[in-house]
Amino acid sequence: MAKVPVQFRLNGSDRAAFIDAADNLLMTLRRGLNEFAPKYGCGQGTCGVCTVLIDGEPQLSCLTLAVACEGRHVETASGMAEGPNLHPLQVAFMDNFAAQCGFCTPGMLMAARALLDRNPKPSREEVIEAIAGNICRCTGYEPIINAILAAAGAGDQKRA
Amino acid sequence: MPLDVRVATSMAEAAGILTADQRTKLLSGGTLMMRDVNEGRLLDGTLLRITDPAYRQMNTSGARIELGAGVTMAMVSNNRDLAFLHAAARSIGGPAIRQMATIGGNLFAQTPYGDFAVALLALDAQVMVQSGYGSARSMPLDEFLGARERGVSGLVAGVQFSKPQNAADFRFRKVSRVKPKGIAVMSIAAHLPNTGGRISQARVAYGAMAPTAVRARGVERALEGKALDAASIQAAKAAALEGTRPATDAIASEWYRREVLPVHLGRLLTGEGR
Repeated sequence: MAKVPVQFRLNGSDRAAFIDAADNLLMTLRRGLNEFAPKYGCGQGTCGVCTVLIDGEPQLSCLTLAVACEGRHVETASGMAEGPNLHPLQVAFMDNFAAQCGFCTPGMLMAARALLDRNPKPSREEVIEAIAGNICRCTGYEPIINAILAAAGAGDQKRA
Repeated sequence: MPLDVRVATSMAEAAGILTADQRTKLLSGGTLMMRDVNEGRLLDGTLLRITDPAYRQMNTSGARIELGAGVTMAMVSNNRDLAFLHAAARSIGGPAIRQMATIGGNLFAQTPYGDFAVALLALDAQVMVQSGYGSARSMPLDEFLGARERGVSGLVAGVQFSKPQNAADFRFRKVSRVKPKGIAVMSIAAHLPNTGGRISQARVAYGAMAPTAVRARGVERALEGKALDAASIQAAKAAALEGTRPATDAIASEWYRREVLPVHLGRLLTGEGR
C-alpha cells in the first residue's frame, strides 16, 4: 500500500513524513523523524513512557494514530530545553536523583510538564495523580514527586 | 493488504460505512483499537475516524444529559454539570489515557475494564445506535451490552440519561489494588433517588463481576422503598451476589471477587472511605 504524507509541528518546527496509514505516532516519531525521546514500552497504554503533548495535552503516542496529528503541535522531552538551558523540570529531576535507568524519564517529564502548565502550584496529591499513568521501576516514585514539587517551587522563585 | 484508514466527516457517513463493511472498525479514542494494531491482532481491514464535531458534542445543562460517543473522560472530568460522574471518569487510566479514552469506546471495553459503562448502567442510560444512513435508534444500555457480545452493527453515536436530581444520590466506587490508577477488582455504581426518605427506582450496577457490566437486581429489590439504613444495607449485602459471574484474571480470583463484593457494596452504601 502506498505511503501517506503527514505533517505536524514537532517541538516548534514543521516536520513531515511518509508513513503507513495505520502507523502510530510513536513509530512515526522514532522511525520517520529520528525523535527518540519518547520510548516504546508496553504498546498498550499502560506504562506511559511514550507520553507526548499534543496541542498541550498529554497523550500516549503509541496509541495515537499518526495521521490524526495532521496540523497539530506535538511536543516531546527533546523540546523542553532552550538551547543549553535545561527546563526547570529537567534540572529538578537531576537535583533530586529522579532518574535512574532513565527509560521512564521522557514520559515522566511530559506528564509533569502538562501538570505544571495547567497548575503551577500542585499539591503532592495532584502530582501523584498527574504521573499515575507513568510507571517507574527504579526510583520508587518519591524522588520524581519531590522533583516535580521542587520544579514548581523553582518556578515561584523565578517569578519572584 | 495492510490496514487502511478512512475519515468520515459526518455521523451518517460513518454509520453507513460501518454498516456496509464489517471489516471496517471505528477508531474512537484509540486506547482499545490501537492496542490491537500494536500487538498484531488487527492486521488488515480499515480503521475509521470521525471528524464530525457532533461525535464529541455534550449537552449537559438540562435535566436530560446527552453525550456524544467521542466525548473523552477528560471532557467529562472538566465539565461542572457532570460533577456526579467525575469519580467514574477519573477512575479510567491516568491523565493521558483520559485525554484519549471515549465514552463510546468504554462501552466496548472487555472486563475488567469499562468502569464508566458501570456508572452509565446505574443511570439507566440509553445508547444511541445509528445503522446505515437513517436516524439513530435508542437502546437501553443493559440491552446494548448483551447485544455487544453478539456484535453490534452500525455506529454508537452517543448516550443519553437523566441527571440525578440530587448529586448525592449517585455513588461510584472502583476497587483496585494500585492507587490512584489500577485495573478494577470490581467497580460499583448506585443511583438511589430518595423520595420522602425512601429509595425509589434504585439502580445498582457492577463492573468486573460478570462478562459485561451488569445490574445488581437483587440489591435493587432489597433497597426499593426502604430507607437507606443498617437494615436495608444488610439486606442489600445479603443479595449482593445475585446475578454475578466474576472471572479469575491477573487482578483477582473469582473467589476473591465474590468474597469482597458485599464488603465494598456495604462501604459504598454507607458512604465509608476505603
